[in-house]
Amino acid sequence: METLEQIKARAEATVPGAQLSVVKNDSPCAQHSLLVDVEHAYVVAQFLRDDPQLRLDYCSNVTGVDFLDAELSEKVKVKKVVDGVEKEVEEVKKTKRAGYLEVVYHLYSMSLKHGPVILRQRTPGRADPVKVASLTPLWRSAEFQEREVFDLYGVLFDGHPDLRRILMWDGFKDYPMRKDYREPDDYEYEPTPHDEVLEKAKAHLPKQEVKA
Amino acid sequence: MTFHDLAYDAGKTDFQRKAEVIGVGREGELLEVAMGPQHPSTHGVFRMDVVLDGETVVKLKPVFGYLHRNHEKIAENTSYLGSMPYTDRLDYFCSLTNNWAYALSVEKLAGLQVPERAEYIRLITAELTRVLNHTCLAGFLLQDMGALGTPLMYAFREREKILDLIESLTGARMMCNYMRFGGCRCDLPAGWLDAAKKVVAEYPRFLDEFETLLSGNEILMARTQGVGKLSAELAINAGITGPMLRASGVDYDLRKVDNYGIYSRYPFRVPLGSHGDVYDRYMIRMLEMRESLKILEPALKDIPEGPVVDPKAKLRGFRPKAGEAYGRIETPKGELGFYLISDGSPNPYRYRVRPPSLINLTILEDMCLGQTVADAIVTLGSVDIVLGEVDR
Repeated sequence: METLEQIKARAEATVPGAQLSVVKNDSPCAQHSLLVDVEHAYVVAQFLRDDPQLRLDYCSNVTGVDFLDAELSEKVKVKKVVDGVEKEVEEVKKTKRAGYLEVVYHLYSMSLKHGPVILRQRTPGRADPVKVASLTPLWRSAEFQEREVFDLYGVLFDGHPDLRRILMWDGFKDYPMRKDYREPDDYEYEPTPHDEVLEKAKAHLPKQEVKA
Repeated sequence: MTFHDLAYDAGKTDFQRKAEVIGVGREGELLEVAMGPQHPSTHGVFRMDVVLDGETVVKLKPVFGYLHRNHEKIAENTSYLGSMPYTDRLDYFCSLTNNWAYALSVEKLAGLQVPERAEYIRLITAELTRVLNHTCLAGFLLQDMGALGTPLMYAFREREKILDLIESLTGARMMCNYMRFGGCRCDLPAGWLDAAKKVVAEYPRFLDEFETLLSGNEILMARTQGVGKLSAELAINAGITGPMLRASGVDYDLRKVDNYGIYSRYPFRVPLGSHGDVYDRYMIRMLEMRESLKILEPALKDIPEGPVVDPKAKLRGFRPKAGEAYGRIETPKGELGFYLISDGSPNPYRYRVRPPSLINLTILEDMCLGQTVADAIVTLGSVDIVLGEVDR
């Protein structure tokens, strides 16, 4: 099979305007993935499926990943004047990264027996509504799995035929697989307002801004 | 009729669907039936919301989640090894293959090597599990068709022989918790290989008996041939895997494609169906058992001495480097995959199970439309689902 860079180059040539980038994976298995923008995801996926050299006719796995807002620290070498002498000093540069949700597709080819090509879609943020393109019209196997991502992560799939909750019940409100989800405190006994219970209950209250 | 005509019909009424499925001109009331969640033929707590015209299925929506415990969330809050026993509960018929799939994914993530003897043990236990699962499925399928008791008890008698082997090896009949990252938990007990050889040698006799009784049986053929047909194109597009896919004639077996473990050392054939109906699915499983026995026989002779776990693999304080990995194996039900993302901490950042049972249910409606309720039950039985895995 072609390398991911080659696939990316050909996809960019076929789909004008698509923003593709390769996401590196540092683990020994080196399964790198292709990040595609939401607007062109459908067309790029269609190219991956129908291209005679790739023919990724089998979408094996669809899943969501939640990344919270994070502070990334990076070591940067900076030139500084220390005691009159210019020196190279290592400094920790901190950058804030806004959180996002990702939907990951593992694509294989049953006819040519190669793979995986990993496709990712990323939402701009974590606040509602988080929308990505549904690939169910291309691969039927994504139907239940995208429903599951919607159910557990709250990602909306544009173009999904039947986007309902699948594992949780219909009246359920939250998205349990999100990293900031707090499960309800279920008491089998009558909750009494002693300190411990009040302390736990505080976590569910909306955060109040401290007034100066 | 294609998927686009039927599944994208949120606005269509049941009567419009009926007109598409069985043609206009047949008048009558439509009946909505909730089959399950407590129904003996649904193999667990599973519901099919069916709309019927007389006995003909016009619409069928699978409903599940009754056993949902958010296995993935639990795994993300525990250590890597901590969710190994939990994988047993996914597909509780085949806990050893679940263990293997998970161990394989973590080994990919952390770059661990598996010693030779452990690879043999994994292959042997996985193939025993396949034989066990397919035997049971044949029994359940016949039970669904109304052959109450006898075939299932024949199957369970043989299953118990394999379960005895598994129990003496792992200490548990079904919840084995046997594989470890980079090997297996413990070595084979004394005399295990001889006992296994005996079971494997006697198995073809049971298969011959079972097949003489069933494979050519007129009632079985009448109930299964031409029922629940699935085309190869739809099967590929819908991500169907395992015996169901091969019954539709698609040559895709991960043991051949991915060559994981030591499968490349043993020649075996991949049986393929030509009709994609329930009978083919039954027959594929019968043939696969015979192929599994062909792998088991030499593997039990060839197994070398040596350690069963990679000495470099750490049991405590196991922290793979940041990265991600997707590992998959061919379990008796289909492709079981684990997708793991590590951020360098002792527990996985993302842990995802790709459950074959759930994805094989995607096309249940397509297979059942226009058929009778009785056939829908047989079709569901041939999919081979375990709700522990569907709901997770």
